Amino acid sequence: MPKYWNEKIECMSRQEMISLQNERLVAQVKHVWDNVPYYRKKMEEKGVTPDDIKSIDDLHKLPFLSKADLRDAYPYGLLAKPLADCVRIQSTSGTTGKRVVAFYTQHDIDLWEDCCARAIVAAGGTNEDVCQVCYGYGLFTGGPGLNGGSHKVGCLTLPMSSGNTERQIQFMRDLGSTILCCTPSYAAYIGETLHKMGYGPDDIKLKAGIFGAEPWTEEMRREIERLLGIKAYDIYGLTETSGPGVSFECEEQTGMHINEDHFIAEIIDPDTGEVLPEGSKGELVFTSITKEAFPLLRYRTRDICVLTREKCSCGRTLVKMSKPMGRTDDMLIIRGVNVFPSQIESVLLKMSNASPNYQIVVDRVNNTDTFEIRVEMTDEMFSDTIKSVEAVEDKISADMLSMLGIKAKIRLVEPNSIPRSEGKAVRVIDKRKLV
Amino acid sequence: MSVKQISIFMENRPGRISAVTKLLGEGGIDIRAMALADTTDFGILRIIVDDEEKCVKLLSEAGYSARATAVVAVGFDDKPGALAAVMQVLYENNISVEYMYSFISKEAGKAYIMLRVDDNDAAAAALEEKGFTLLNSGDLFGNK
Ligand SMILES: [Zn+2]
Repeated sequence: MPKYWNEKIECMSRQEMISLQNERLVAQVKHVWDNVPYYRKKMEEKGVTPDDIKSIDDLHKLPFLSKADLRDAYPYGLLAKPLADCVRIQSTSGTTGKRVVAFYTQHDIDLWEDCCARAIVAAGGTNEDVCQVCYGYGLFTGGPGLNGGSHKVGCLTLPMSSGNTERQIQFMRDLGSTILCCTPSYAAYIGETLHKMGYGPDDIKLKAGIFGAEPWTEEMRREIERLLGIKAYDIYGLTETSGPGVSFECEEQTGMHINEDHFIAEIIDPDTGEVLPEGSKGELVFTSITKEAFPLLRYRTRDICVLTREKCSCGRTLVKMSKPMGRTDDMLIIRGVNVFPSQIESVLLKMSNASPNYQIVVDRVNNTDTFEIRVEMTDEMFSDTIKSVEAVEDKISADMLSMLGIKAKIRLVEPNSIPRSEGKAVRVIDKRKLV
Repeated sequence: MSVKQISIFMENRPGRISAVTKLLGEGGIDIRAMALADTTDFGILRIIVDDEEKCVKLLSEAGYSARATAVVAVGFDDKPGALAAVMQVLYENNISVEYMYSFISKEAGKAYIMLRVDDNDAAAAALEEKGFTLLNSGDLFGNK
């Protein structure tokens, strides 16, 4: 059984990797300079030209890109290839300004799927495996990414998407699925449902799971492993950089190897932007050095983590990142979906009669995120019948769903009941203990 | 002819009714009738009081969402079939009842209900025509 999908790259010496990265970075900066006026302008403002970038040691000279740049440049401003050369769009949920729309050439799809193939092989996958993909398909990168990786490895692929859990388990049993790909909370839910249906790990053939798109703890890992009788592997990625597979876990389960031949990782001080030495905790920044259509240079992920080059027992030399330990912004990840409190505020502000006083309460019950939005009642929203108050709740609920792409429980609360601290309402209560 | 009812939004959690009744009691508000409708998450307390303006002011100042709504107060003989007769009148006139509740009369042999219907004027006219007694706030708090 092959241990690596691409041994040459995954186990490359540091020196070889650096020269590969140098060569790719230099070419990528030229490509972006020539094709992305938006970034070229940023470089010019910083007084940097492609001639200044001779190796990865010069990376720090390049300007950062952030979510604000994606918003300013939406939708085509960061595109580096003619649309005729692009074959795919993937996107995050959320509205304009918060939504990320990424473009892919066939080359970009191939490298993305290749990264996912590395993750599947690291989890023990071969062409003998049956890989059940229960990430959402569509604009969300989870389904398409793992689906493509599974094809590359040659697994028999079940493109299930999420939902209909009993049917998931039926397929799992009937077709002998050996690898499961989904969010960790859905994996836990599948595990619980399996037991509720009177089955256990011995009734299924699963051996491994590749879980990502939301934060999860070591305790949750052990729970999923126990419920499903598998080894659970973490995977990381974001739409901005392609999708899942930017980094992946090996059997050591002590962090995720970053596919450095495609993505150069840096850790910076989120306040000063200064690059921090290896082992420091800070904001993760990625530079795509091989993508053609949407090549983001020095993209600030807002995820806080640590990088380590300590030797890994799996034999891979790729740098490892810890699980993200938090965010530098107020983004929440709820059931795999990115939620910003400002989106909730904008829904309420658009309703002429609603109070902008709200509170988000997120918890994890039975390994599934619960998401409640408390909204203070106003005299304008209130009337004497239950059905009219419930109609207000339904209206807010529908507007939130269309804004966030995720269902929230709306709870109307009494005026002034949301606690204020120094005059400012406490907007987010996240009871999930994830770090 | 109608009576003003005050509706108060309340979260469905312990101590809320106690808090609001205490507030009204201390404010010297006389409550003549009350009904509570509730769901899992919230409730609406409906009350008939002697001074609705003062009551709304008191509630608003204390931070409650409260609103005054016109309801129809109907009086009839306290005997079997009397309530059914009231309902029959509404039904025959195509008037839908949103909610209703009864309250105790100080007058022997009489029963009263508060009706919240889709058309108060039509309900009042239809009931009066059939000889039912409609009350106004003054009737309810006649002793004041
Ligand atoms: Zn490893």
